[in-house]
Amino acid sequence: MKRKLPLGLCLLMGLLMMGQFFIPHPVSTKFNTLINKWVIVISAFALVLGIGNLSRHHIQIIQRSGPNRFYSLVTLLSMLGMAIIGIFFGIDEKSLYQKIFIHILTPLGATMFALLAYYMSSAAYRAFRARSIEAGLLLGSAFVVMIGFMPIGQLIHPIIPGLAEWLMKVPNMASQRGILFGVAFGAVATALKIILGIERSWLGGRD
Amino acid sequence: MWVFLFFYAAIDNFVAQDRPNDGGGCIYLSWQRVVDTLIDGYVIFRRTIQDTAFTRIGFAGRYAVNFEDNTVVDSMKYIYQIAVLKQDSVYNHTLSNIVQSKAQFFHKGRINILFTIVLFTMLLGYFMTRARKGASLFIRKIAGLDAVEEAVGRATEMGRPILYVPGLGDIDFPSVIASMNILGEIARKSASYDNPLIVVNCYPVVYTVAREVVREAYTNEGRSDRYKDGYVRYLTESQFGYAAAINGIILRERPAANFFIGPFFAEALLIAETGNQIGAIQIAGTDQVLQLPFFVTACDYTLLGEEVYAASAYLTRDPVLVGSLKAQDAGKLLTLLVLILMTILTFLKINLISLIKVQ
Repeated sequence: MKRKLPLGLCLLMGLLMMGQFFIPHPVSTKFNTLINKWVIVISAFALVLGIGNLSRHHIQIIQRSGPNRFYSLVTLLSMLGMAIIGIFFGIDEKSLYQKIFIHILTPLGATMFALLAYYMSSAAYRAFRARSIEAGLLLGSAFVVMIGFMPIGQLIHPIIPGLAEWLMKVPNMASQRGILFGVAFGAVATALKIILGIERSWLGGRD
Repeated sequence: MWVFLFFYAAIDNFVAQDRPNDGGGCIYLSWQRVVDTLIDGYVIFRRTIQDTAFTRIGFAGRYAVNFEDNTVVDSMKYIYQIAVLKQDSVYNHTLSNIVQSKAQFFHKGRINILFTIVLFTMLLGYFMTRARKGASLFIRKIAGLDAVEEAVGRATEMGRPILYVPGLGDIDFPSVIASMNILGEIARKSASYDNPLIVVNCYPVVYTVAREVVREAYTNEGRSDRYKDGYVRYLTESQFGYAAAINGIILRERPAANFFIGPFFAEALLIAETGNQIGAIQIAGTDQVLQLPFFVTACDYTLLGEEVYAASAYLTRDPVLVGSLKAQDAGKLLTLLVLILMTILTFLKINLISLIKVQ
């Protein structure tokens, strides 16, 4: 029963949602809307569990008085602070909640994103060490593409921008599409296997 | 002058029809554009067959050749009228046929998808039956999946945890579901080796699913007492907040093996490169084509696209799942053949592309 119920529910909902895709009738559309509302409700319950897990984890770290307890304290206080500000003072455009979001959280996110440039250069250094034919090809193509998309590429030789574009549009696009075909079939196969109860690893085991 | 305008502004082929493949409440009007390019546009009028006077319901620009009336009531009969608007004058009124809208029960434009699903399901059935009967089905070696055992073993030997990141996608991402399947297998290995596992999630629903997957895996291995709540953690939905938290975990808890399997975006390199810096063995897998080069660069093994979906079958070697992999391959082969055939037919000026067009 412990396995049959989730598998049965999965089969039922999977078939219904699949059928919904082929039926444009308002009954089908309403069903889809209803299910989407359920998803929001389920997500809300899951969020409570998630916040519970986050809080418990960081409270344990603070209780253990480890060297990283300060970070946990900041996490908990920030979470609690934002929740209180949002609940009691609103989240409209000019609220304190939005100000914190725009002036603290957004720049923090942008900072993390900006770090990508440094990570990219260290990763590129490793990737472009021409130790094999493949790495050499990678280095050569990357060089042509980089130069080709810069104004200096045209100045060096008029053929370079065209070559860069060809590399992106033909070999690069062909391999991307090849991968995407595999991904599409993989996704369909996974969905069918789960709906039909063939794939049960998501239940934590094969039996 | 009027004769001239009348001649050049004739509205031919004005047809009103129920918009196909919809849930009703819409009439689709189409006409042939008038030759006079100096007109301002077309005014659309409508009346029910019981009414006597037309009401203006909309306007279409001078280059328009169709109009959708979304304000109709299903099953009511309407007549439309179209007229040309030029310099504030409306003329050349043309009447349509009588029409009524209704909701459809089947989207005919999606028959090709239904056909493909049925065909693919049949292929699945065929290969799984073959696998059940004991047919030997070959799967090529996937280095990234062969290395899973090695990575888990290494973490156990070093006495350090395993980090599993299912990516930045909610549960409706197929690759997140595939990732949960792989997590189940890794959690089983982790439970059998009695090695700590850290699973970090950015969406609450994925967190609850991951928690159940890991808990069940520990229970199935008879190690339910070894499972700890802290193994599966919820972090944040913020993309870079999530990346920052994972980097923090990597640097503080120094896992010996990192698995990044699922949908990843701009944060892919941030976390993979941090893991690389601490010297952890890293296995990544994603269906996000643009992130693959980052993983190839920063990780020891990378599962490319479809390999993520093949992982569960590969790791378990369950004949039924292996059979489904063969069905996937057969599906790809069929698609390739259809594409080649379509290309040849297009060269021969036989255009059948509409048959495979998805609506």
